[in-house]
Amino acid sequence: MDYQVQALDAPQTLTTQGNRRDRKHKDAFWGYIFLLPQLLGLLVFSLIPLISVFYLSMADWDGLGPITFVGLQNFIDQLKNDDLHTALLNTLYYTLISVPGGLIFALLIALGLNNVRGKTVYRVLYFMPFITGSVAVGVIWSFLLNTDFGLLNSILRSLFHTNGVGWLTDARLVIPSIAIVGIWQGLGFNMIIFLAGLQGIPVSYSEAARIDGANRLQLFWNVTLPMLTPTIFFTTVISILSSFQVFDLTFILTGGGPGKDSYTMVYHIYHLGFETATFGPASAAAVILFVILLVMTAIQFRLQRQWVNYDV
Amino acid sequence: MLQEAVDTRIVKAGAQTETTRKKTSETVTTVLLHVLLIIGAIVMVVPFLWMMVTSLETTAQAFSIPPSFIPNPFKWGNYPESFNALPFNLAYMNSAIVSVSVTFFQLITCSMAAYAFARIQFPGREIIFFAFLATLMIPFQLTIIPIFLTMKQLGLLDTLLSLILPPALFSAFGVFLLRQFILGLPIELEEAAIMDGANRWTIFWQIIIPLLRAPLAALGIFTFIGQWNDFFRPLIMLNTPSNFTVPLMLSQFRGQYATQWTLVMAGSVIAIFPLLIVYVLAQRHIIKGIAMTGLKA
Repeated sequence: MDYQVQALDAPQTLTTQGNRRDRKHKDAFWGYIFLLPQLLGLLVFSLIPLISVFYLSMADWDGLGPITFVGLQNFIDQLKNDDLHTALLNTLYYTLISVPGGLIFALLIALGLNNVRGKTVYRVLYFMPFITGSVAVGVIWSFLLNTDFGLLNSILRSLFHTNGVGWLTDARLVIPSIAIVGIWQGLGFNMIIFLAGLQGIPVSYSEAARIDGANRLQLFWNVTLPMLTPTIFFTTVISILSSFQVFDLTFILTGGGPGKDSYTMVYHIYHLGFETATFGPASAAAVILFVILLVMTAIQFRLQRQWVNYDV
Repeated sequence: MLQEAVDTRIVKAGAQTETTRKKTSETVTTVLLHVLLIIGAIVMVVPFLWMMVTSLETTAQAFSIPPSFIPNPFKWGNYPESFNALPFNLAYMNSAIVSVSVTFFQLITCSMAAYAFARIQFPGREIIFFAFLATLMIPFQLTIIPIFLTMKQLGLLDTLLSLILPPALFSAFGVFLLRQFILGLPIELEEAAIMDGANRWTIFWQIIIPLLRAPLAALGIFTFIGQWNDFFRPLIMLNTPSNFTVPLMLSQFRGQYATQWTLVMAGSVIAIFPLLIVYVLAQRHIIKGIAMTGLKA
């Protein structure tokens, strides 16, 4: 938190020896020297690509032949495109399950872990899937969720003598299944952020409430939760951004299937750009995703005034 | 007098049962809490255990109903078989080259830029810094198509350089994070060094870098793990299996041996085991590092 405050302060600058003009030149020289590698990176890998993607989104190009300018045609096509609609709805559905689910579980675990013995061991175990990486997580879960041979269905069969549930093959279940894997993988990250937030709540607050006779639930509702709202806001913004960019898990678990039932926005961009080499429509889809993310984040920042408490 | 003594005794006794009751209720809550946390821990760990169990079974055991939880006999042969099926050793090499060099160069270039932004006055500083901040808002899917096309033009597709160059030379987040730390450092040391006639380069390497050890470690861990696990960029940039990184190789392996789950699980163990070992050994630093960078993200 304190670093954010400092960010607003003007940086302290250091003056080197020599007369004023000389010094100024020297400083500018060193400033650019230190900045050079990242400035080059900023230009080549961020600003120029940014301009290019907007240009490409209004062009037709397969990466080899001539580029033809088509105006807003790609956007019109994309906004009418059934695949994009499917991708957008699937992504939204995934977000609606994985974000609230992930945050609530992570918060509950963080609350449980906050003052408990053996915290370190629990923390290591809960955080393990986050370290593992989404490809391995996807491969492991594609086996666990397999209709015929998966552990989950084997257990269900032994207990209830049911037929196998098509976790990844049933059109209605596939997004919830992937969302559960996503929650499982991301839990540890949100948990440590919440734990850090809980550690930041001054003990004097909860002590004062306890002396006033507050019980655990009142303490949570009136002290802990309000004090945690900045952390909750932060994790919500991050979770929504990352769940809108879900790709690895759907690619590994289902390949977007069955049919297009788990085809997501980034999958759509990947398909257009890197499977079919239609860089114009792919760029248009990427710009559409960017605008959606920008609007959603802006709305969240606007709404935060109503529920986030910054009076620490 | 007597009455009073009796009264206090009663009150004391009452207080005692009260505290014991409170204590037992607290013990019950603690036990209940641990039960819930252990159930949660089982949910987190079972997929990993199941992966290991399956990797040591024969296909018949892996598909048996009810599931067998202990391999009998242990079929270690799955490991050499999957390790030799695809060049996993090369994948390790490639992942190590990418992750180490990206981390190394990113730490250097980011701390250099951070130092310039935090301590040196030069024309255009504010506007350039603003550009860095603004790019924090850009999701990587937006710029990846032009970056891919640039790599294509440079003839770098299907090389590790196409994965290394962008994150090694550009991380707005890293610059921002380190700048915040440098702003928090006392300036007196640098002033003293300047009095002694040191130039910027010396100050940076001799004074700033040693003081940045904690944030550099945190950023380094964050970057390394992110690079090691990255899938999207290797997927689009690389073509030849001998150039694949570990996640891409695992994905390829899964595709080729789709129904041979015992081999696929052995491949998964091969893919994630080293990182998990490092994680368990250095968990304190890794979790702290990710919490530190995550909070500033």
